[in-house]
Amino acid sequence: MNEKIEIRWHGRGGQGAKTAALLLADVAFKIGKQVQGFPEYGPERMGAPITAYNRISDEVIRVHSNIYHPDYVVVVDETLLHTVDVTRGLNPAGAIIVNTAKSPEEIAPQVAPYNGKIVTIDARKISEEALGKYFPNSPMLAAVVAVTGIMPREVFLKEMLTSYEHKFAKKPEVIEGNMKALEMTFDAVENK
Amino acid sequence: MRTDISKINESTPYTGLTEGLQIFAGGTTKYFNTGEWRNNTPVFHEDKCKQCLLCAPVCPDSCIPVIDGKRGEFDLDHCKGCGICVKNCPFGALEMKEGVN
Amino acid sequence: MAIRERMSGNEAVSYAIKQINPDVMPAFPITPSTEIPQMVSNYIANGEIDTEFIPVESEHSSMSAAIGAEAAGARSLTATSSAGLAFMWEELLLAASNRMPVALALVNRTLSGPLNINCDHTDGMGARDTGWIQIYAENNQEAYDNFIQAYPIAEHPEVRLPIMICQDGFITSHAVENILLLEDEPVKEFVGEYQPEEFLLNPGKPVAVGPYAVSNFVMEARKNQLIALENSKQVILDVAKKFAQISGREYGLFEEYRTEDADYIMVIMGSAAGTAKEAVDQMRGEGHKVGVLKIRVFRPFPAEEIAEALKNAKAVAIMDRAESYNGNGGVLGGEITSGLFKKKYMVDCVNYIYGLGGRDFTVTNTMEIFHQLSDMVENGTEVEQYQYVGIRN
Repeated sequence: MNEKIEIRWHGRGGQGAKTAALLLADVAFKIGKQVQGFPEYGPERMGAPITAYNRISDEVIRVHSNIYHPDYVVVVDETLLHTVDVTRGLNPAGAIIVNTAKSPEEIAPQVAPYNGKIVTIDARKISEEALGKYFPNSPMLAAVVAVTGIMPREVFLKEMLTSYEHKFAKKPEVIEGNMKALEMTFDAVENK
Repeated sequence: MRTDISKINESTPYTGLTEGLQIFAGGTTKYFNTGEWRNNTPVFHEDKCKQCLLCAPVCPDSCIPVIDGKRGEFDLDHCKGCGICVKNCPFGALEMKEGVN
Repeated sequence: MAIRERMSGNEAVSYAIKQINPDVMPAFPITPSTEIPQMVSNYIANGEIDTEFIPVESEHSSMSAAIGAEAAGARSLTATSSAGLAFMWEELLLAASNRMPVALALVNRTLSGPLNINCDHTDGMGARDTGWIQIYAENNQEAYDNFIQAYPIAEHPEVRLPIMICQDGFITSHAVENILLLEDEPVKEFVGEYQPEEFLLNPGKPVAVGPYAVSNFVMEARKNQLIALENSKQVILDVAKKFAQISGREYGLFEEYRTEDADYIMVIMGSAAGTAKEAVDQMRGEGHKVGVLKIRVFRPFPAEEIAEALKNAKAVAIMDRAESYNGNGGVLGGEITSGLFKKKYMVDCVNYIYGLGGRDFTVTNTMEIFHQLSDMVENGTEVEQYQYVGIRN
C-alpha cells in the first residue's frame, strides 16, 4: 500500500467504534505510517449512531475534515444499515465490512445501490468463542486490516500481541483470547 | 524591578510606574493619613477607663494602641471617627466630640 | 533524539505539561478540554510530576487560583473551553493587568447558543481584548510545540503577560495523529526554572499585588500592558528561534504557505489551515497561483506584517471561525483590512465565516473560495463581501 486510504466507521455510542478507529491508527502508526484517527462528536449518548474516521498514509496528513469519499466503510452494528446511509460516498473499488451473521448476498439488498465489495464478519460469534464475551472491537479491527491489506497478517499479529501485553499487563489471561479472535477473523476473511 | 514607591505619585509618567502597579513595600497604609477624613473625634477620659480593652479590637483602623496591657491615646492620624469604640465602652470613658480635633 | 509517537491534541498538551512540571494547576472540567486536567492528574497520581492540582468548583475559581498561585511565586496554569473561558472573563483581565505569566490551554469550542459542544473560535475571539497573548495551533504537533514555548514567552522580563495556547476542539484535541516529541531533558532546559523577581511568598521583600488604582494611574498601567504585549512579538520570534534549535521546527508570527507568487491568498487560523494547504497543493498542480497565510500568533496581532505579506495579492479570502456581530465581518476580517488600510494597500478582501459549531470545512470549500476570488478579479463577477461558507439558502 503506497497511497492514502480513508476509512469511515459506523457504530453506536458505547460499542467501541471510536476505540477501534484509534486502535487501527495505533497499529498503523507502529509500522511507520502517518495516521489520523478521530471521532465525529455529538453529545455522548449510549446507543446513538456515531461515526469515526481513519486516514492512513505514507505522507504527512494535513487535512482536518471529515471523510466523504471513504475507501472502506466499517459497520460495527448491522442495525445501522436501516437507519444510516452507510455507503454514502463509498469508493466502489473499496469495500464495506459489516458485523453480521448474514452473508454478503443477504446484506447486498440493504446497501443497494452500492454494488462494490461486501465483506461480512460475525464478530459476535468469533468474540464469544474466543473470549467468552461479546467485544466486537478486536474482530472488527482484524477484519479491516485483513480486507484493506494495510499490513501483512503476521506483522499485524505481532504488533497486536505487543500492545495487548502492554495493555493487559495485569490480566494476561485475556491476551490469548484476544489473539485468538484476531486469528479467527483473519481466517474467516481469507476464506471468503 | 523593586522600586522606591515613595517616589511614585499621581504625576509619575507611565515609564516610571511599577509592573502591574505592584507595591514593593509592606504596611504602606500607615503613609495614608486617613485621619484627615474625620468629621467627629473620639475623646479618651483616662480617669474613667478600667483598662478592660474592649475598645481596641473593635477599631477598624487599629487606632487604639495597646502597650504592656494598657491602652493609650488615640492615633488621630488614622482614626476616621466612626465611633464604634465609644459604643463599645461600658464605662463612659470614651466620648465623641463634633469636629476634627 | 525526537520521539516518534501518535497522540491526540489533548494528550500532546498534557505531555508537554508533564515535561514542564509546573507548580500549580487549578482546573474545572469542560468539554472538550476535560482530558487535559484528567491526564495531568494521572501524571501527578502516578508520581511522575509534583504539580499541585487544585480541584476547584468553577472556572471563575480556577483562574483566580492560578493568578493567586502565580502571584505567590508559583508557575501555574489551567485548561478550559467555551463557557469555561467565558466564566473566567473577569479574571482573564486581572491576570493580564497584574502581569501574571499564567498559561492556559484553550481547547476552542463555540459558545451557546445554540447549545453546541463543537469547535469554533468564539471563545478565543471573545477573549481577544483581555490582554492575553494568544497562539493558535494547526495540529497536535503545534499545540505541543506552542505549549513548550509558552512559559519562556510569558515569563520573559520584557513581557510578563498571561498566555493562551489554543487548539481546535475535537478536530485536533481528540484526533490521534503522528507527533514528534522532545525528550524530557531538553524541554526542562528550554523552559527552565521559574524565578520571578518579585512574589508574595518572599520573606523580607513584601509586595502588594493588584492594588486599587485611582483614575490617575489606570491609563498609564494599560499603556504599560500594551508595551509588554508589543514586546512579546519579538520575544515570540526569539523563543521560536531557540525552539528550532532543539526541535528543528520553525515558527513565526504566521506561516506563509506558497504565497510568494500567489495571486490569491487565504488567511486562516487553526486546524482548517491544513485542509486549506492541501487544497493549495492540488490547485497549484492545476496551475492556479494560490497560497495560504496561517495565523499562529493572534495576540499580539501582527497587522503590519500581515499587510506586508498580502500587499501583492490580487484578492484575499479572510476566514473567520467566529461571528463578530458588527455587521461588517468577523474579527480577522476587521483587523486585517484595517491593517491593510493603514498601510494604504488596497487589496480586495472577501470575509468568510466558516466552521461555526463544528461545521466541517473541506478541501472543496477551499477550492470554491479560491475560484470565487479569481472569478471576482478576472471576470468582474460581483461577490458578496461578507458571507457564510456552505450556508443553506
